[in-house]
Amino acid sequence: MTFDPSRRRVLKWSGATAGIAVAGTLLPNFGISAALAADLGEGDVGVLNYAYALEQLEAAYYTMVLENPYEGMTNEETELLTDIRDHEVAHRDFLAEALGDGAIPALEVDFSAVDFSDRHSVLETAMTFEDIGVSAYNGAGKLLENPDFLLEAGRIVSVEGRHAAAIRDLVNPNSVAFAGPDVVDENGLDVAREPADVLPLIDPFVTTEVTANSLS
Amino acid sequence: MNIETKNTLLSDIDPEITERLTVDRRAFFKRSVAGLGALASAPMVLAVTAQQAFGQTLPQDIRDVLNFALTLEHIEDYFYRSGLGQDGLIPPQYLDVFRHIGLHEAQHVALLESVLGADAVARPEIDATAGGQYADVLENFETYLTLSQTFEDLGVAAYKGQAANLIENDDILQTALQIHSVEARHAAMVRRIGGQKPWDDAFDEPMTREEVLQAAQPFLA
Repeated sequence: MTFDPSRRRVLKWSGATAGIAVAGTLLPNFGISAALAADLGEGDVGVLNYAYALEQLEAAYYTMVLENPYEGMTNEETELLTDIRDHEVAHRDFLAEALGDGAIPALEVDFSAVDFSDRHSVLETAMTFEDIGVSAYNGAGKLLENPDFLLEAGRIVSVEGRHAAAIRDLVNPNSVAFAGPDVVDENGLDVAREPADVLPLIDPFVTTEVTANSLS
Repeated sequence: MNIETKNTLLSDIDPEITERLTVDRRAFFKRSVAGLGALASAPMVLAVTAQQAFGQTLPQDIRDVLNFALTLEHIEDYFYRSGLGQDGLIPPQYLDVFRHIGLHEAQHVALLESVLGADAVARPEIDATAGGQYADVLENFETYLTLSQTFEDLGVAAYKGQAANLIENDDILQTALQIHSVEARHAAMVRRIGGQKPWDDAFDEPMTREEVLQAAQPFLA
């Protein structure tokens, strides 16, 4: 990743507020492992953790996809999916670094619903994750107080939008699907979702219980 | 029209507006929505409501950002109308894609105009050839595709660069973000048609208003 001056601001800021409690790390040892529960926290840290959770999920997914390539994966598809994996890993690592001690733990994922040998299953799931990611960032922008974080989220969300369009075009080539009526409304607006509406959508794929008790 | 949903959405905007609306909320929504016809959906109704409640109350800096965005949307809208009106320019297998992109740009123009009301900038004079620099833009699909990608990537960078200037207004910020990701979808698709990668990198970079206007200037006749 190339150095970006705005990144330094993020790191500095997170260092100053490293004391912010994240519930998952404070759980008393009642037999609940911190790795099995994570509250995102509040304020901008909570929003960044929310993004971090989504990027962890996406990075883990594409890593699996490329470790178990479906039958007939074309060179073009391999190239696109490799780029997307690298992007999601970069997003995940960027957010982890920005959050520092405030980061939620690594999430345990569950992709048992996905048939990795089947192109359709893999690409449909990818499309779901990308569209959810776009809607999550679109809905979370207004929750951020710090304009620098808003810019960083903006640098990520349009790349997620590009991923979504490319995956959709692989599934339905040269059609309107890349920005289809299922995701773009009659005002030409993409979907925006609140955290409370996003978390249930990713719940089937995440073993760790992720809660957003203070995120609104 | 589900009035209850609207009330929930209203809680996000200025309490002063909400208070004014409490007087005759039902009639108010009826009026706003009737004027918009079938195009009306929640964010647009909200924006129009905010505008009507105060007469003209969006702060000047937000109006400036929206007019800047509207100018770009006008260029895109004009560009796709021109291309789609030129028989044989766009190969048949891509017509659906370009019609769909053109539809979104027209919707963005209508949405921003409705938010700005009387403050909306007029549609500028547009020259798709940029003073002859792209003289064959409406005859050569490769040139057309190059400019399409330029406008879409420019739009993505422009909205991204302005997001922080909208941070005080949750509804308008979210609406701008919802346009921003649609422009990104367009950019990716147009790049694919041109045989390019749909992205440059893991992070998209913003552009300032000055940088965007400098890039767009040659197309403003």
